[in-house]
Amino acid sequence: MIMRMWVAVIVMASVFGMTSLGASSDETAKIIKISAKRFEYTPQQITLKIGVPVIFQLTTEDRTHGFNIPSMNLRADIVPGKVTELKVTPQKTGEFDFFCDVFCGSGHEGMNGKIKVAE
Amino acid sequence: MNNELDRREFLKFAGVGGVVFLSGLSGQPGLSFPIWKSKDFFFVQLSDTHWGFEGAKINPDAKGTLIKAVKEVNSLQQKPDFVVFTGDLTQTTDDTNVRKARMKEFKQIVSELDTKVVHFMPGEHDAALDKGETYKDFFGKTHYTFDHKNVHFIAIDNVSDPTGSIGEPQLEWLKADLAQQKPDANIVVLTHRPLFDLYPQWDWATRDGAKAIDLLMPFKNVTVFYGHIHQENHHMTGHIAHHSAKSLMLPMPLAGSMPKRQPIPWSASEPYKGMGFRNVLSESKSDNYQLSEYPIKEDARI
Repeated sequence: MIMRMWVAVIVMASVFGMTSLGASSDETAKIIKISAKRFEYTPQQITLKIGVPVIFQLTTEDRTHGFNIPSMNLRADIVPGKVTELKVTPQKTGEFDFFCDVFCGSGHEGMNGKIKVAE
Repeated sequence: MNNELDRREFLKFAGVGGVVFLSGLSGQPGLSFPIWKSKDFFFVQLSDTHWGFEGAKINPDAKGTLIKAVKEVNSLQQKPDFVVFTGDLTQTTDDTNVRKARMKEFKQIVSELDTKVVHFMPGEHDAALDKGETYKDFFGKTHYTFDHKNVHFIAIDNVSDPTGSIGEPQLEWLKADLAQQKPDANIVVLTHRPLFDLYPQWDWATRDGAKAIDLLMPFKNVTVFYGHIHQENHHMTGHIAHHSAKSLMLPMPLAGSMPKRQPIPWSASEPYKGMGFRNVLSESKSDNYQLSEYPIKEDARI
């Protein structure tokens, strides 16, 4: 059995307007689990509230994938056997696409999802 | 030998992919047909042939388009000095045997090109799943240099790493190669993905492409030819010109023009729309490349 590790990722989220160090130390943030496998994320649609901090916990079921939201300057590699955390606090409403930016095979180009930030 | 490039002959490329007339280096593409000097030359850029792709709604002539392109290039009286393929020669597959078969078929088809030299480059579809191992067995190195008539060509691999990165070892190699060049050297970079952030939302970028551009920036005459985005695009980063080529399998929409990154469906009324090839013409006395883009002709459909 693969031992899972927590990985804290420094977030540079210009659109979301905050940075995070050691995401798992923040107990007030809502946890959102996102699982990746070829060629989809689960869930594919995520709704957030403006000003409410969340921690994305990213895992993969098969191989290394990427999680990239360029409009938020937010990305991470999702590596097998690890939980990768990204903490963000949305400060702007709108819809933001995320996608896999680590080539994973035929169907890679369609591996994406959407984050909706509401009032 | 007739030293003057025949304009009609040049236009005869219409129907396949892209042709580039190298009239020096840098600047925007133009259309001129100067006197053919001893150091003038042109080469043909073909890209994103995706051999093995299947999808009748996108390209019902998937098994004929590349063959047609080869015939068009061969029909020229004025032969290009060389042909370059800027990646995604084959459609990706998890099956190593299928990948090998596709590369073998592709290589067999393009071996019919009536040109002495063909330079290949990988795309992520060729190389990302096995870090270029199968590709190298068929086509050799994934990054390399060559010189042709006072122009230094550098092929950069930004696809064998599935993250779409060049990587520090290759950047060090690039730095060492450029250290041998004079500031006014004519440099052409061939690569698959755009080195600049064309549209990261669709993964049309190279993660560490800015580092390569920084290394190239001190040189006065640098031009980049690439593929990946399946359409013609011209962009400047400072004085460095970047030109993408059309695909010979499936056209893609303009960046951000559609909600999703999906190929443009085949149009029965406009077959082969969005597909083509490029001619690059280099003229020793000028500082500009002359580019010409050509579509695929329906009457040549196989």
